[in-house]
Order: sequence, then C-alpha cells, then structure tokens
Amino acid sequence: MTLLSVRNLSLSIGDTDILHDVDVDVAPGQITAITGESGSGKSLTALSVMDLLPRGSQVQGQILFGGDDLLAMDEAQMCALRGNDIAMIFQEPLTALNPVKSVGDQVAETILIHTDESRRQAKARARDVMNRVGLDGISLDRFPHELSGGQRQRVCIAMAIALRPKLLIADEPTTALDVTTQATILDLLKGLVREFDMGLLMITHDLAVVADFADSIAVMQMGRVVEAGPTGDVLQNQTHPYTRALLAASTHQVDLPDAPSPDPLLVVDGVTRTYRRPRVGLAAPGVVRAVDDVSFTLARGERLGLVGESGCGKSTLTRAILGLDTVQAGDITLGGKSVFADGLAVRRRMQVVFQDPYGSFNPRHRVDRLITEPFHVLDRPPKGAARAQVIARALTDVGLDPEDAGKFIHEFSGGQRQRLAIARALIVEPDLIVFDEAVSALDVSVRAQVLDLIADLCRKRPLSYLFISHDLSVVRTVTDRVLVMRAGQIVEQGPTEDVFQNPTHPYTQELLAAAPVLPDYATAGGPT
Amino acid sequence: MLIYTLRRLASLTVSLIVASFVIFAVIEVIPGDPASFMLGVNARPDTLAALRAELGLDQSLPVRYFAWVSGMLTGDFGISYTYKTPVAGMVADRIWVSLPLAIYALILSTAIAFPAGIYAASRRGGVGDTAVMGATQLGVAIPNFWFAMILVLIFAINLRWFSAGGFAGWDKGLFAGLWSLTLPAIALALPQAAILARVMRSSLLDMLGEDFMRTARAKGLTRRQALWRHAVRNAMIPVLTILGLQFSFLLAGGIVIEQVFFLPGLGRLIFQSISARDLIVVESVVMLLVFLVIVVNFLVDLTYAWVDPRLRRRT
Repeated sequence: MTLLSVRNLSLSIGDTDILHDVDVDVAPGQITAITGESGSGKSLTALSVMDLLPRGSQVQGQILFGGDDLLAMDEAQMCALRGNDIAMIFQEPLTALNPVKSVGDQVAETILIHTDESRRQAKARARDVMNRVGLDGISLDRFPHELSGGQRQRVCIAMAIALRPKLLIADEPTTALDVTTQATILDLLKGLVREFDMGLLMITHDLAVVADFADSIAVMQMGRVVEAGPTGDVLQNQTHPYTRALLAASTHQVDLPDAPSPDPLLVVDGVTRTYRRPRVGLAAPGVVRAVDDVSFTLARGERLGLVGESGCGKSTLTRAILGLDTVQAGDITLGGKSVFADGLAVRRRMQVVFQDPYGSFNPRHRVDRLITEPFHVLDRPPKGAARAQVIARALTDVGLDPEDAGKFIHEFSGGQRQRLAIARALIVEPDLIVFDEAVSALDVSVRAQVLDLIADLCRKRPLSYLFISHDLSVVRTVTDRVLVMRAGQIVEQGPTEDVFQNPTHPYTQELLAAAPVLPDYATAGGPT
Repeated sequence: MLIYTLRRLASLTVSLIVASFVIFAVIEVIPGDPASFMLGVNARPDTLAALRAELGLDQSLPVRYFAWVSGMLTGDFGISYTYKTPVAGMVADRIWVSLPLAIYALILSTAIAFPAGIYAASRRGGVGDTAVMGATQLGVAIPNFWFAMILVLIFAINLRWFSAGGFAGWDKGLFAGLWSLTLPAIALALPQAAILARVMRSSLLDMLGEDFMRTARAKGLTRRQALWRHAVRNAMIPVLTILGLQFSFLLAGGIVIEQVFFLPGLGRLIFQSISARDLIVVESVVMLLVFLVIVVNFLVDLTYAWVDPRLRRRT
C-alpha cells in the first residue's frame, strides 16, 4: 500500500520541459530517495507534490496521496494539507527560518493554523516537539540567528513534524551541515519515520547518504527517472549506465604521482590568531582563539590536505597563509620568505582557487582578462604575443580551448568555470596552489573530472597543493598527507592513507565514523 | 535590549553636542562681526556696540557657547533682534503648527503607502500593480506645491470644504485645528507616500523570494497569510529608514507648503529670520530642528531593534 504515488508527472516552465513521465512511490514508514545531479529535476519533483512550483509551471500526470489526486485539488485544499498531512524541510536551515520570529512562534504557527488550539496549548505542544527533535535545552524564545546550523535544521524538522504528517519531504536536508551534524540529523529523521510510521521522500545528491538511509531509490537524469527500486538492488545491479557513471564518479580515485622527498616549501610556525568577542555589558570582552599555536610544513611538490568542520579555523588559517590577514603570534614562510613581511614577492608564488565558480569572476570581463588578473603581482607582466602564448598554455593545460580567451564567463558551465579558476591560478606559474573547498560546489561527475585535472597538473608542472575541504573522500584521494583541525588546533596529522585507516585522535575517529560511505558492493564497479 | 538602548542614547547625546558645536561655529565663521552683519552696512557705531553687548559678543567664545547651551537647556533661547520678543515664545507658537503638520502628514503618507505597497507587491505584474506603480511615478514626479495649488483650487475654491489658507488655531478646538491642517498635510504626504509605497513594494518583493517564505507556504499558510505574517515585518527594515528621513524633511522642509497655505510654521519662521538676518532665531530654531530630527532617528533605531531581533544584543 503506497502513501504517495507520482505517476507520469510531466512539468514545463514557460517553454522549457523540465520533467518527463516521472514515477515515484513512497510507502508509510519507508524512506524513498530521489538522487541525481543538479538540474536533474529532483527538487522540482518534490515541489510538484507540495504544489509550490514557480510561476508559469504547467503540470501533467497524477500525484496520488492516500488515493486522492493532489493535482486536482484547489489551493484551499492544498493549504489544509500542507503542514498537516504533507510537510517539507529544505536545504538551507540558515535562510529557511524567518529571522525576526522566535523559534517557538515558528513551530507553534504550524499548530495554530491547522488546529483550534489556543496559543498557550500550541506553545506547550511546540515545546514537546522541540524536545522530541533534541532541542530540550533551547528556549522557545530564542531567535534563529542564536542557534547553530544543526539546531536550526532541528527547528525546521520540529515545524514540519509538529502535526505528525503522513508524508515528509526533505530536500537536501543535510547538505549544508557538517558530517557529524549530518549523521545526527539523519538518525533523527530515521527515528521519526519509524516512530510516526511516516513516509519520507528524501532529495539528495549524495549517494553515500542514500546507501544506508533509504529503503528505495530513484535515480534521475535530465527530468527522467532512469532507474528505480529497492536501494540495495539499484546500487548492486546498476542497470542503467547513468547510475553506473554516478557511482563511479562519487568514488572516483585520482592517480597521484609519488610523494616527493621532504624539502620544505611552506612553513607555518606557531601561528595564533585571536578575535575579540563583542563587549557585553561592562566586563572585559572575551577572546576567541580561531587558530591556536598551529605549526606544520608543506614540502615542495607535496599535496597536503586540511580537513575540519565549520568554525574549526580552516578559513582563518587559509587567510593567514595567503597573507590576507595578520596573526598575533608565529610566522608563515614560503620558500624562506615571510608571507607578512615580503608581500608581493611571496604572493606571486602562491595562488588560490575558491569554492564558488559563479561568484569569483567579474561577469563583464572576458576570459583573457579574468585569468591574467594575477599579473598584477608581477614586476614585468608579459605583453602582446608572449601574453597570448601564456594564456593559451594555461587554457590548454586546464582542458579548455585557447579560443575561449575571447568569451565571457556566462558562456561556461560550473565545471568549466572552476577550470578557468585553476587557469587563473596557474598563469603566474606559482609554487603553491591553495584549493579552498574548490570542488565542493560541483556535481560528482564534474568533480571527478576536475580532480583528475588537479592530479594531472602536478605531474606536468612543479606544483604543491594545499587542499582545504570538509569532504573527507575528496581529501583522501587527492592528497599525500593530511592535517585534521579542530577548534583552532591541528589534532592529528600524517600520511593520508594512514590517518584514514588508523585514526588515532578521538575526533578524527568521530569524523570518519560520521562520514557516510558507499557499501563495497556498490563501489566494485557495477555488476560482474 | 537595555544595552542597545543605552548605546543609542549615548550616540544621540554625542550627536547633539557635535551639532551644537557646528551651529555655534557657523555664527562665528560668518565673515566679520555677527552684529554688523545683522545690522547691515549703514549701521551707526553706537547701535552696533549695543547689539554686540546684547549678543554677548564682547565675551570669550567658550563663555558665549556655554551661555547659549545652558540658556537653551533652561528654555531661554534669547531675544529676537527683529521682533524684540523672546525666541522661545515664537518657536513655541510655531512648533505647535509644524510638529502636528509633520506628524499628520507622516500618518497620512504611511496610511496610503503601506496598503498601496503591499497591494502592489501581492499582485506583482498584474493590473493593480501597474496602476499603483503608475500613480507613484506621478506622485514622485509632481512637486508638492503644485499638488497644494490643485488641492486649494478643488477643495477650497470650488467645493469650499476647506479654507484656502491660514491656521485656525488650537484654541478653536482640536477638530478645527486639524481641519485647517488637512489640505497642507495631504499636499505634503502624497509625494512622500509615493516614495514610501515604492520602497515598501520592492522591499516586500525581495522578501517574497526568500527561503523562509517557501517554508511558511510549506506549513500550510496561504499566499496572503505568508505575506502578512512573515514578509511584512522583514520588509519594514528599509521602510523605517525612509520613514525616519521623511520625518526630518516634513518637519523642516514644509516651508514651501507653509507659504502656499499661509501657515505660521517653523519653516516660514526660518525663512523670515534668514531674510531679516535675525541670527539668534536662526541659530535656536536650527538647533531645535536638529534636536527633533535626532530624537526621531533615535526612535527609528529603537524600532529597528523591535522589528529585528538580530540588532538586540543579548546581555
């Protein structure tokens, strides 16, 4: 007996066809996952069920919920259903809550609109629900900005499950969260599904999350469900080539050259960076130690990883290494020169690639101008034919065409933009490239290609990498050695494989245990 | 919240002190002697000396500054040179016209702009939106004195509902006073309402695209409920900024409207004092306006914190 049954769902927005004959089922007490890359239509499938599609959407097919066709219902009927029988949580807990209302009011609101309960009763019930989702210590009067990301997502879950809906839709509910937080949220959702006998439709791009979470799975590509069935079957049989490609890409291993002999390039020595907390009352303001006596060495030609959860001090340390921020104690040298004292002389020898391939380029400049921006740090930048040659080489090295130099940034896809960001870093032939979450925003298949490129480049050119990421599987494949950072300190370091196989620090163990992994049968490369 | 309020109060005090320095300094930087400036080029030396003594110009700068400030604190604004009456009394008469007029206009403009802005935002791209936006375009473009003259023509001369000008006085009763301020208040309010409605609309439209609006709809709120319960309060933040600025304008900038309607307000007083080179009046009235504007901004700051909990510091 199914709770939700989507049949032949087709959707077009304006003149663009988005979904084609999508079929998805969710049974009570079961978890169905829709997975696929960005633009595959998984979120819009979820929004179709809620009837919260963007303007100008045209839907065809059937969405049967407990036997009734949701597409035949009018807006008033849908309003009565939403939040009551069907609830939804979203990806960004930061923006999904109204910043000017207390969390208690927001949870109680769900109860108030669907029941005749008084404010006081609704508040009491909100308290119970908040306790159920693990927010026992959190007052109803707190505001969203006073809570952590994980706590906010718990508030969103509390809002959604307050009236024990029959169906919960979760759109990438843990994508914006740290791995340890992700693990606890997934546990919570699973517990709620069992306890309430609720159906859960989970949208996620992360196959590793799906593997030990969902009962059944639908793989979507370009608006179509290409493969669906019980999770174990789909992951094991991988009937459709796209499923195979997706799984291969998410466990993609790059081929790194051998680790070099130790010849220090970047030396971080006893670096401490503190921030003053805002003054409260008349007491002396407190101090946050964002980076606390951190020391490490990166050898010439080495690929070094830096992992840690949000707020651990990764970004502060990165800014210090790039010479963008001062430190209170310690020194950072690159090839024997201080990044603070020697300014430009050091800066031209290291470059950085950031996370967001959309925000880090000026949309009004052409590619040749964009990727030659680092020429500012050179005393005598190449001109004329020499400049064209350098541009052509950088573009060719990152797998693009020299002809692309005349194009604008909007003509490129996300993966291509990240290639351009790498070309921009290569153009001054630096010794060190810092990758700051450089592949985190990319789809798995694109990420695999970019990782290959990164591995390939260090064979072609004398490059060293500092690879900063929260994604353990990526760091594992692309680095020789890894540093684990927590609360401003490096708690563990060592050769990457050793650390991943035998983590010694409890925090590293916790981190690795929390990270979802694909089962072995799914990573063996498909059916044999 | 208490800390926040104390901080804003401290900032208010500092602003007032700085403003008093600036206003006082302006009198000093006027080339030559304020007394000879006030009397003009043909003044007799003994009149000049008398005025200098009356203004206290024979004393040192700090003494004069403190005398001026402490005078104002006790309600003594000095004696007007042209009218030979205490400035405090003149200002008191005028402020009971200008302040109610400004508040009246502000209430009218808010009462028109909020519903118009919300209505337009909720019907984005529709006929209602286009009509409201067209009207605000006109409202922004047309100068308020022209509106004022049209209002006089229609409601005072043709329909004879209002008198064409003058102020009835509060001693004739609250209603009579408000009645005579109605046309000027409308003339002042309409262009302000047009600006405010546009800000309200665009601010609301920004909010409608926010994630928490989608969350609200997913809870089961109708489009209208989500708009009222979640978008309006968030949209108020930029609107409040504009409101604060508009009040300052309405208070001191009503001068043209006061001329059109022959209202004895502060704007006219300043205008006449400047024409008559009555620096004592100018100095005091400007200080008073600065005080009112700073107080209004203080209130706006407090309202910000009330609307947006992120501004309240946890203690």
